[in-house]
Amino acid sequence: MTTTITWFESYWAGMKSEVGGKAASLGEMTGAGLPVPPGFAVTTSAYRRARDESDLDAHIARLLHGLDITDTDMVSERCAKIRQHIATMPIPEGIELQIRGAYLELGARFGMKDVPVAVRSSATSEDSPDASFAGEHDTYLWVRGAEDVIDAVRRCWASLFTDRATCYRVEMGYEHRSVEMCVVIQKMVHPKAAGVAFTLDPTNGDRSQVAIDAAWGFGEGVVAGEVTPDNYRVDKVMLDITKRIVSEKTHEYVLTDHDTVERVETLPERASAPCLTDSEIKAIARLAKTAERHYGCPQDIEWAVDVDLPEGDNIILLQSRPETVWSKKGPITVVAPGQKTGDYMSSIVSTLMSPLYTKGPDGS
Amino acid sequence: MAGFPLPSEITTPPGAEGWQELYSYSSTCSPARAAYEDSMFWFQDGVHWPKALLPWDASLMELAIMSLSQYNTRHLLVPPANGIDYRIVNGYTYLSPVPAPEADIPARAEHFMQRAGHYFMNWNELYDNWLVKIRDLVKEMEGISFEPLPDIEPLEVVTSGAGKGSGGDLQANYLKLLTCASTLWQYHFEFLNLGYAAYLDFFGFCKTAFPGISDLAIAKMVAGVEVDLFRPDEELKRLARMAVDTGITDAFKLGDVEGTCEALRAKGEAGQAWISSFQQSAEPWFNFSTGSGFSSQDKIWIEHVEIPFDFIKGYIDNLQKGDDIARPTEAISAERDRIVSEYAALLASDEDREAFNGKLGLARVVFPYVENHNFYVEHWSHSVIWRKMKDLGGVLAKEGFFEEPEDIFFMKRHEIPDALFDLFCAWAAPAQPAGPSYWPPIIAKRKSIHAALNQWKPTPALGTPPEVVTEPFTIMLWGITSDSIASWLGGGASDDGSLGGMAASPGVEEGLARVIFGPDQINEVQEGEILVAPLTAPSWAPIFGKIKATVTDTGGMMSHAAIVCREYGLPAVTGTGFATSTIKTGQRIRVDGSNGKVTILD
Repeated sequence: MTTTITWFESYWAGMKSEVGGKAASLGEMTGAGLPVPPGFAVTTSAYRRARDESDLDAHIARLLHGLDITDTDMVSERCAKIRQHIATMPIPEGIELQIRGAYLELGARFGMKDVPVAVRSSATSEDSPDASFAGEHDTYLWVRGAEDVIDAVRRCWASLFTDRATCYRVEMGYEHRSVEMCVVIQKMVHPKAAGVAFTLDPTNGDRSQVAIDAAWGFGEGVVAGEVTPDNYRVDKVMLDITKRIVSEKTHEYVLTDHDTVERVETLPERASAPCLTDSEIKAIARLAKTAERHYGCPQDIEWAVDVDLPEGDNIILLQSRPETVWSKKGPITVVAPGQKTGDYMSSIVSTLMSPLYTKGPDGS
Repeated sequence: MAGFPLPSEITTPPGAEGWQELYSYSSTCSPARAAYEDSMFWFQDGVHWPKALLPWDASLMELAIMSLSQYNTRHLLVPPANGIDYRIVNGYTYLSPVPAPEADIPARAEHFMQRAGHYFMNWNELYDNWLVKIRDLVKEMEGISFEPLPDIEPLEVVTSGAGKGSGGDLQANYLKLLTCASTLWQYHFEFLNLGYAAYLDFFGFCKTAFPGISDLAIAKMVAGVEVDLFRPDEELKRLARMAVDTGITDAFKLGDVEGTCEALRAKGEAGQAWISSFQQSAEPWFNFSTGSGFSSQDKIWIEHVEIPFDFIKGYIDNLQKGDDIARPTEAISAERDRIVSEYAALLASDEDREAFNGKLGLARVVFPYVENHNFYVEHWSHSVIWRKMKDLGGVLAKEGFFEEPEDIFFMKRHEIPDALFDLFCAWAAPAQPAGPSYWPPIIAKRKSIHAALNQWKPTPALGTPPEVVTEPFTIMLWGITSDSIASWLGGGASDDGSLGGMAASPGVEEGLARVIFGPDQINEVQEGEILVAPLTAPSWAPIFGKIKATVTDTGGMMSHAAIVCREYGLPAVTGTGFATSTIKTGQRIRVDGSNGKVTILD
């Protein structure tokens, strides 16, 4: 069975070959309770139909006939022609209607007309699923309106024929038909606030804590370390906020009227106000905890609170990767290996005399 | 480091001149001990004694402190901590922990391992035995009677060959009550600090493995699901349900207890069954003080039946509105299991998990005592003591020693044998006792001094604070930490004008404050308000269904108020020092129970 559109939430593992690596990962994350920006994939079957119902193969064969991959000018000219062809070729009517329909539905979910989306390539290849040149395939941000979305989809398909990817296939002797392109269409995140979170306390490796850094607007400032963010600790088990430091967040990255992200000074009152509510802080901690469980090791995540999404569904996971510093050292051990654990009396005696309590039960 | 006023610098409040006369000579500051007193650090215990002590009530405070001390120092030899010294200053109790000399600690540790080890090893058996001992003691105290002296002794006194009579019994019974009170307090501390020690051991393990873990999380892992301290409240709910189930709720629409009881009796079997069920619950569960149990002036449910009746009426209303008032024990238990297993899973190794489980196991074995003793000692046993003392007061009042039976609490404990001797002698002769002319002016003067003392706002501490607070029980029982001392020195308010205290129960709430100073004002608390009080007592539980959050002047993590707030899932900040003097009823405040912060928003 082939489908043209697969929403992230209806993805299952059997679809992987139809949607490519990136879309599969987004679908898998959605299924695991990791809320990536909502969206859908235009599957490889859409690409295949568009390709097969046009003269694309013949056109490619003609243009690549006698290609000398050492002649960069020739490669560049011919690949550009292929890409140009794909970017303007007709899409079978049924498929175009389905893409338009899905795009409208995505916007309708948040009550938005012309919802801005990211349109990203998600290539597959039977022979080398990893050699997909992910970085080279196109990504289009802040695309608005069905017309522009259709255009961007075609341009993503066209990005199968970048100079390097094309040369690579020629050199390796792969069929150009063996790579197919799925396209991911995802709501652009419009953050009220954004930042990072660790599933451990980066100051001492405490694995019972989630550490959150947060600032107004887009997360660029936090990631780059150019804004002093609000800093929170949340207990992973109790989901209580155990520490909060609200900082002076002097500037922020905001969305302009013409869909660009710009650095602006933050008004003083806003700068010193906490950028997250308690329930948002806890939701981010829950998200980090879910990511850690899903990937089976401490994570370092990027997240955002999306202004367009309803409360309760507005925390978005942008990225999750393994935490490296403390993970290497391992969790804090209390009992040294080989030490007897049954001698509770000595332990009680040393507890009573332990300097741990000199500062009182609540620590620091 | 800045300090608090020295004991010798404290002046007498106007109208309280001569207040030292109200208390035993050993409990007040004196010139001969001034150098020592000024060199020590003293903190006020407002958790147990929030108001100026009455002369006789001071006895139970002194017995309590003495008993705590003897276990640390003479019985168990807690390695770093001796007992606690105390002084009454302007009527308020100030405590000063006595550390063990550094050089003695290794030898004490040896003794402690052996002695405390015996208790931990045989805990359940010893605790079962404790429950028998305490019930026997209550029975013994209940058996003490104080009756007016008869005109002539009954014939059996003569024919039985007893060879002694009512006058001697009256003297002996008073001494017996005092002895029982002393035994009671020794029983109280037989287990308590050991319970805290095992708890602290688990606590320390958790804080090492998870530096950021909250005290609350640790408390939740250890806390029992069925706790005797909640039993009085459970009984109220049960009686409310019974009234609803048997269709007799309209009897409760009548205002007073008598009217309600009459209406219940008129309902025949169902009403009668309810009344006898109430009576069954009342003994022992309504021997429950509206205060800490340490004051003869606090109301006790069983003597003020209108209190449990009002609470029952409230619960009936809740049930009729369709509210679920049952304590969700299954959910509480499941949540406890979840917390334990998630933390255990985060530990580094199987060795750590084994140690964690072992320490948690021991903490859970000892914790029922920590949670339950309060009902048996401060509520049940003290209720009996206060009742018996009022009976004795009745005997003396009848003979004109003073006007009201309650006036007896204005006598010091060692003055009573003298008064009883006076009475016995005069009755025997018969002749005119001196008491009726001797005591009334003294008592009148003491009443006015006591009233003046109650106007004094006790400073939270005296003397120079230690660099760091190291005594584990001070931290556990009173919530005294280096941080809380620093906050007192700052007058309570932090840089941003908020009040700091212990993060006793998590969550954040905003609302209108209701400041009350004692259980008499409980009725003023309105639905949805934030309760601000010097302290709260477990018996206030039913109003916790109404309020949004709690702030207290005194108390630590393990204070009774903190336990009840966690149970009810209400944010609480305890030990703020100054909440009742800073916050006014009707102000909007924000209570952050996760971070121990109270902010006035108006």
